[in-house]
Amino acid sequence: MTTTQDAKLTEFEDNDQKPVGFGRMLRKEDARLLRGRGRFVDDVQLPGMLHLAILRSPFAHANIVSIDTSAAEASPGVKAVVTGETLKGLGLAWMPTLSNDVQAVLATDRVRFQGQEVAFVVAEDRYQARDALELIDVEYEVLEPVVDVRKALSPDAPVIRTDLEGKTDNHVFDWETGDEEETNRVFASADVIVKEDIVYPRVHPAPMETCGSVADFDPVEGKLRLWSTTQAPHAHRTLYAIVAGLPEHKIQVIAPDIGGGFGNKVPIYPGYVHSIVGSIVTGKPVKWMEDRSENLISTGFARDYIMRAEIAATREGKILAIRTNVLADHGAFNGTAAPVKYPAGFFGVFTGSYDLQAAHCKMTAVYTNKAPGGVAYACSFRITEAVYLVERIVDALAYELQIDPAELRLKNFIQPEQFPYTTKTGWVYDSGDYEPTMRLAMEMAGYDELRKEQAEKRARGELMGIGIAFFTEAVGAGPRKNMDILGLGMADGCELRVHPTGKAVVRLSVKTQGQGHETTFAQIIAEELGIPPADIDVLHGDTDNTPFGLGTYGSRSTPVSGAAAALVARKVRDKAKLIASGMLEVSVADLDWVKGAFQVKGDPGRSVTIQEIAFRAHGAGDLPDGVEGGLEAQICYNPSNLTYPHGAYICVVDIDPGTAEVKVRRFIAVDDCGTRINPMIIEGQVHGGLTDGVGMALMEMISFDEDGNCLGASLMDYLIPTALEVPDWETGYTVTPSPHHPIGAKGIGESATVGSPPAIVNAVVDALKPFGIRHADMPLTPSRVWDAMRGQATPPI
Amino acid sequence: MQVTMTVNGTEYTREIEGRMLLVHFLRDVLGLTGTHWGCDTSNCGVCVVWLDGEPVKSCTVLAAMAGGHEVRTVEGLANGAELDPIQEGFRQCHGLQCGFCTPGMLMTCRALLDKNPDPTEGEIREAISGQICRCTGYSSIIRSVRWAAVHEASSAQEEVSAQ
Amino acid sequence: MQVPAPFEYERATSVDQAIGLLERLGSSARLVAGGHSLLPMMKLRLANFEYLIDINDLHAELGYIRLSDDEVRIGAMTRHRELLESDVLAGVFPIFADAEKVIADPIVRNRGTLGGSLCQADPSEDLSAVCTTLDASCVIRGPGGSERVVTMEEFHVGPYETAVADNEILTEIRIPRKSFKVGSAYAKVERRAGDWAVVSAGAAVWLDQGRIVDARVGLAAVGPNTTGIPEISAALRGHEPDESLFELAGAIAARSCDPATDTRGSADYKRHLADELTRRTLRKAVERARS
Repeated sequence: MTTTQDAKLTEFEDNDQKPVGFGRMLRKEDARLLRGRGRFVDDVQLPGMLHLAILRSPFAHANIVSIDTSAAEASPGVKAVVTGETLKGLGLAWMPTLSNDVQAVLATDRVRFQGQEVAFVVAEDRYQARDALELIDVEYEVLEPVVDVRKALSPDAPVIRTDLEGKTDNHVFDWETGDEEETNRVFASADVIVKEDIVYPRVHPAPMETCGSVADFDPVEGKLRLWSTTQAPHAHRTLYAIVAGLPEHKIQVIAPDIGGGFGNKVPIYPGYVHSIVGSIVTGKPVKWMEDRSENLISTGFARDYIMRAEIAATREGKILAIRTNVLADHGAFNGTAAPVKYPAGFFGVFTGSYDLQAAHCKMTAVYTNKAPGGVAYACSFRITEAVYLVERIVDALAYELQIDPAELRLKNFIQPEQFPYTTKTGWVYDSGDYEPTMRLAMEMAGYDELRKEQAEKRARGELMGIGIAFFTEAVGAGPRKNMDILGLGMADGCELRVHPTGKAVVRLSVKTQGQGHETTFAQIIAEELGIPPADIDVLHGDTDNTPFGLGTYGSRSTPVSGAAAALVARKVRDKAKLIASGMLEVSVADLDWVKGAFQVKGDPGRSVTIQEIAFRAHGAGDLPDGVEGGLEAQICYNPSNLTYPHGAYICVVDIDPGTAEVKVRRFIAVDDCGTRINPMIIEGQVHGGLTDGVGMALMEMISFDEDGNCLGASLMDYLIPTALEVPDWETGYTVTPSPHHPIGAKGIGESATVGSPPAIVNAVVDALKPFGIRHADMPLTPSRVWDAMRGQATPPI
Repeated sequence: MQVTMTVNGTEYTREIEGRMLLVHFLRDVLGLTGTHWGCDTSNCGVCVVWLDGEPVKSCTVLAAMAGGHEVRTVEGLANGAELDPIQEGFRQCHGLQCGFCTPGMLMTCRALLDKNPDPTEGEIREAISGQICRCTGYSSIIRSVRWAAVHEASSAQEEVSAQ
Repeated sequence: MQVPAPFEYERATSVDQAIGLLERLGSSARLVAGGHSLLPMMKLRLANFEYLIDINDLHAELGYIRLSDDEVRIGAMTRHRELLESDVLAGVFPIFADAEKVIADPIVRNRGTLGGSLCQADPSEDLSAVCTTLDASCVIRGPGGSERVVTMEEFHVGPYETAVADNEILTEIRIPRKSFKVGSAYAKVERRAGDWAVVSAGAAVWLDQGRIVDARVGLAAVGPNTTGIPEISAALRGHEPDESLFELAGAIAARSCDPATDTRGSADYKRHLADELTRRTLRKAVERARS
């Protein structure tokens, strides 16, 4: 038999024709991962290694009255029990967050969220460490928690951050963008205004590998080696130097194979610091691996925005302005990972893909007694929230105006000739051609047919929905003039060495967590130098052996480090050209580059390959005057702008009218990420993000009860889609290169996570049109859909 | 207590605690770190190995329970340098990204093909529905299994015609 | 990851030897079969025992599905996968395959057992609802080869609590066969594959010359669910099945249950599902009885 899947197998027939450069190429990293020979943090086994386990607060808000560790200390195999008091003595009880707030490494005075770190145990094996936790006796004085974000700023709300001097409320920051006055003016004269309250609930990236580290402090060398689950090894090293007071050159951070990150492994968590302290205290290597509950209750969550969205338009469907008011829940510590000048990340792109006259956003962020974090989960720094907001409110407008949502979008797109386009909130979109992308998605979907089918089904009482989302992403942070994390500019280093025999090694500052850097970056170098990718080794994830850079998140690897790789290869090529001119005894002006060789203009018979040049660069014989031996280069790339990928997504759902269960029948995703390096990897990135979207739209949510207990503390409670909840993805693409990126690439890692939730929610809401529904909040579980069908939709928080 | 089990064809006898989980026995005692773990509640399936030829979640099996039985892990799939067709399928069809769920997926899909050499898309989805992949969105895993099915069928045919 | 507190591991080689161990160790011991409910609870340290008695070797003795004219006997160590794949069961009680398709996931089904599921006595557990629907009885063996047979109602003492004493083992489930045409079906609404039920319903219908001689409905996840719903049986008996009858049964199911609002859904929604799924499974059961 054959299946539809088999038809796609024919695409793979060219697998053995490995491209010298861009194209579908099998991944280099798969050889080890398929054989169980990957090396993840928990696979690291060092002689004499001890194991660390963390005692966490069972309460969301409580004073610590006393901690008795004596029984734990006497427990078999226990080498150390450390509390906040111990750390206080060492000046290590608090550490900076990525947003210039502080976070407790171990609680000293008070616990501020359920799951907060209270003490840790170091023992000979992981079972003993866990056993000893049971023996630590903590007396708590339970305090009233702030759980309802809407009440966080009420005058009678308990103040959470009593550690901050003079703090009398739970306010974190106010932030504003756009022109309020102008926006109000446009709204006042608009024919139609549509308003919705839209909640993007708290969700969690939940990579399959939880967070963990192995710290090995050598007191003789004074050197700390830290294997850790980090997406940003260099940034982490600098922060450890600042937190722990260790000299930066004595810290080596190694990110080995990483089992998925999605933003979860950007921040520094107390557990990493614990392992360092544990190793210093015991003189042995110390491993900490969090369990799944710890991962879900204490590490970087995402979203948690309550948004009021308003859109103004003419009766004919010309969108004029958007304004929004946002209440942001930042948890107990502001641990948001975003460039410091962007406390709301890149939420400012909420104007979407449309040519507006005005826009304005006002945001207030507050503390609550919930886990810190924010931004994480393939969000492109809050663009996920922004795109959801605009794509949901545009659909609500289409509903109100009774215009087809595809038509409404097509009518309002920024036009190709308007690029570079400056939005009303000041973002400069580099390039875009939206209509062909949208049209391709509609064609692939058979949009008109689908609408016909829907009409027939509606007549029979069946519930079918078609949802559209069109997004513009902003990725590749970012220009160092205005983007930094704790003072570290967001530029990326890259180093390339060509060995005498023409093989090469490229060293990256970014770090794969599954994106396939070892393949993609070899292809970038191959495209520029003509050296086969198989001959190029990609080194990353080890701060002692790679140049400085800010790491992999926000879809920044290709836009920033990809550019660095292309440019460092060009630098090597420039030098190779000088050497080639000597070898061929012609001037450089007389040389042409054909991929992998320089040849004399007009005489293609006379040429030297890059391999021959490499040997000459290292070999005997003269080099041209002023040319040093060797063939290598280094670069630090500072992007001049972000890149702006876009995409058109169409989702088809069926809802069982009796049980309100939603089935995603089809999903069509057309992405434009500029130049495509490896289409296979791009498709994989898109598929993963679409699945995230199904999760968020239909089932994923970290919720809390009124006491602040986390109700999503295991994978039994925090539901992630399986193969049975997702359709066979249908993908397509258009190519609009970035004008400022050296190879025109824009980044793809997070596009689908950003674009898919509104497409799915729009489809569900569209299916519920017969019930007069204009909006329903995620997660659209059967129970919540049933509420919506009866006109009783409620926000999830 | 003492436990003896066969793992990937080799018999091992080790002194362990009764409570030791099979996944820790494989990883920490035998050093077979290809099998991973990802949750505490047997929901994620990254720890799947074979116990007497059936895929099981090794985080929810005691090592002692495997005493006297045969275990097969991802390390036992390839025949030396030659990948098993299911591994080759995952390579050809991009059935893995971060590689963390991959060993469990491979073991389940190998077992599926042994029982059902020509599974439909729906049968493959069902077979892997106790395992979470956060990266691939599953389509490429399904293609990988189909790739292995198609190639195993054609190589079986070649063998027949060679005879 | 989380790990259980220390315990001694014992392996049972026969039912009677296991009972001997239980006699000796009392409430400090617990039997473990598939372990997929027990071990996670022990890892989370919600349950601690000094001894675990592994009864997987009893599969040879207690892993069976036997059909006779008047009943089906299923050994307590029969695994979910065996229930799902059994042609014998599919022929007489397809409700088992319906339910097994949606219990946990295929890997868990390779290990989990019928007895383990029933003894866990989780109010959301599906096989309890199946057994209730089929009016099954439970065979419990104790010291000295003593055996007692209890109804599902007697078996379930309360949530997570059964009639099996510390020194006893559930060995077998017996499902009566009646000399009428029988149809059965199961349906479950879940938030995601592998999740516990938001609500499940099982239905079985026995027909004689087109009329219902008996009908039973078993619900899961809507409060205590072990009695079946006698009012439905009474309302359906003697009638020819039709939509209005199913509607009536659904309405009775909705008002007979006692669901709670939780993250899986509101009590109102669950009540609605009790109605909806009762109607659906009865419809399907009748369809199967007629074919």
